[in-house]
Amino acid sequence: MSELEKKENPYLVSSDTIDGEIATLNLGPTHPATHGVFQNVLQIDGEKILSAEPTIGYIHRAFEKLAERRPFNQITPITDRLNYCSSPINNMGWHMTVEKLAGIKLPKKVEYMRVVIMELARIADHLVCNSVIGVDTGALTGFTFMFQQRELIYDMFEEVCGARLTTNIGRIGGFERDFSPKFIEKVEAFLKEFPAKFKEFDNLLTRNRIFMDRVIGAGPISAEDAIDYGFTGPNLRAAGVDYDVRVMNPYSSYEDFEFDIPVGKDGDTYDRYMVRQHEIYQSLSIIRQALDKMPEGDYHADVPDFFLPEKEDVYTSMEALIYHFKIVMGETSIPAGEVYHAVEGGNGELGYHLISDGGRTPYRLHFRRPCFIYYQAYPEMIKGSLISDAVLTLSSLNVIAGELDA
Amino acid sequence: MEQKYSTIIDSIKVKHPDAIISAEQLYDIPCIHVNKEYMKALVMDLKNNFGFNFLTDLTVIHYPDNKGNELCGSYLFHNWVDNVRLRMKVFISTEDNHLPSLVGAYKAANWLEREAFDNFGIKYDEHPDLRRILNMDEMDYHPLLKQYALEDESRRDKDDTFFGR
Repeated sequence: MSELEKKENPYLVSSDTIDGEIATLNLGPTHPATHGVFQNVLQIDGEKILSAEPTIGYIHRAFEKLAERRPFNQITPITDRLNYCSSPINNMGWHMTVEKLAGIKLPKKVEYMRVVIMELARIADHLVCNSVIGVDTGALTGFTFMFQQRELIYDMFEEVCGARLTTNIGRIGGFERDFSPKFIEKVEAFLKEFPAKFKEFDNLLTRNRIFMDRVIGAGPISAEDAIDYGFTGPNLRAAGVDYDVRVMNPYSSYEDFEFDIPVGKDGDTYDRYMVRQHEIYQSLSIIRQALDKMPEGDYHADVPDFFLPEKEDVYTSMEALIYHFKIVMGETSIPAGEVYHAVEGGNGELGYHLISDGGRTPYRLHFRRPCFIYYQAYPEMIKGSLISDAVLTLSSLNVIAGELDA
Repeated sequence: MEQKYSTIIDSIKVKHPDAIISAEQLYDIPCIHVNKEYMKALVMDLKNNFGFNFLTDLTVIHYPDNKGNELCGSYLFHNWVDNVRLRMKVFISTEDNHLPSLVGAYKAANWLEREAFDNFGIKYDEHPDLRRILNMDEMDYHPLLKQYALEDESRRDKDDTFFGR
């Protein structure tokens, strides 16, 4: 750098004193910019990050150990707390794992109902991520807009299962009750009004010069690195790889629906943002198709061993009482075996590796948590970037502390 | 579907007759049981020549009654071109709880192996940074091993004559 340049730019003169002096900065564990309990010990030179050392486990709750003591239907509430931005997907994934192990065949209607719920959850998940990217770039307006819409999705979950955030939705073998007319009404209203509201949000950010300058090129990762680091979901697709569990290994009748897999090119924050934006439109289309094609039938499979009987039957019929008692006490029998089932969660391939020895609880249950696997690439992604870009990268990766730590 | 799986296992068996001890089908995923000595070479071959480009999952299972083979390292690979999953299992004993690290082949194995070390105490040779990851550093046991009960076993307040605890 020439003497002339130094004199002209006042900032460079002051940075002269910092240059070459390395400082240590604790980003987190609790910091308003980290949206969760993450600690990163940064080595910084001025604003530039030289290295990062993530420490995780601050909300480790030993779910894998807990699961070894719980009957199968009592594990569903544990899965709520993995990625708590899209609990229903986790719940459904777990139900499907147990159904695969026990060989339960579901009516087509249940699978379509599940698709509706899972895609609603995916929209809620992506809305949180994308609006928070806006917050981190200084645009709070979009966040407040989109959280109103997310609220509507939570109202729908409440209509189906009574809970909003940690939903515990559905049962092994189906749903606890059919979709109510009120729920259908709410979904229809949402499908009608949401696209216009979402377009407003889209207009605020997507082609906004300030936003684009801020996020393009922040925290990029190449496709090869992303695969090597075990990326899945929107973050992998942003790097240009079209891997989606819904298409690769369809579950819950996803093969019946037409939808696109949006992919990015550079794997930077803008691409991750754009992939999620487009996935929201695809999810809306899937919900529309599922509602239109919803088959007639029962809302649960005929599996008395797993599916709680109707309350009035419990009081009037002996059989129903016995099954009710067995399920509530966790005494249902399950075959021995080993099964792996993956669903496309909000952040990627959410897998359940379940080993049963035929007892009342799993012998071992392992969660393949997408966040945990791709967060290890974070130090490499932010090396050499500015602290503000590191914060953006973290929020655009959508690392959810619950899923990270299990 | 079944046909494709058996051909995959057969072609691996032909190439690595010593490495593969046995094979089985776990629902929709084929599984091979592998000899620890040949594991590293086999994994490199799976990655480079059999197209298993993605390490989906890595975990450990503890079978305390399986004397001599108490710990089972379980790996799940995925071939994205042919869309085939493959599970690989390696059994080792508690006394000699070393496994070769796969970080050289798949970077995703780094934290997964740290998690397995944290929970089961398996030592991954040549791992660049084998430390605890979820539990605190001061912990002196590996909590997912079966000998550590979830609750203090001396507790009597939850005992139930008919249904156990």
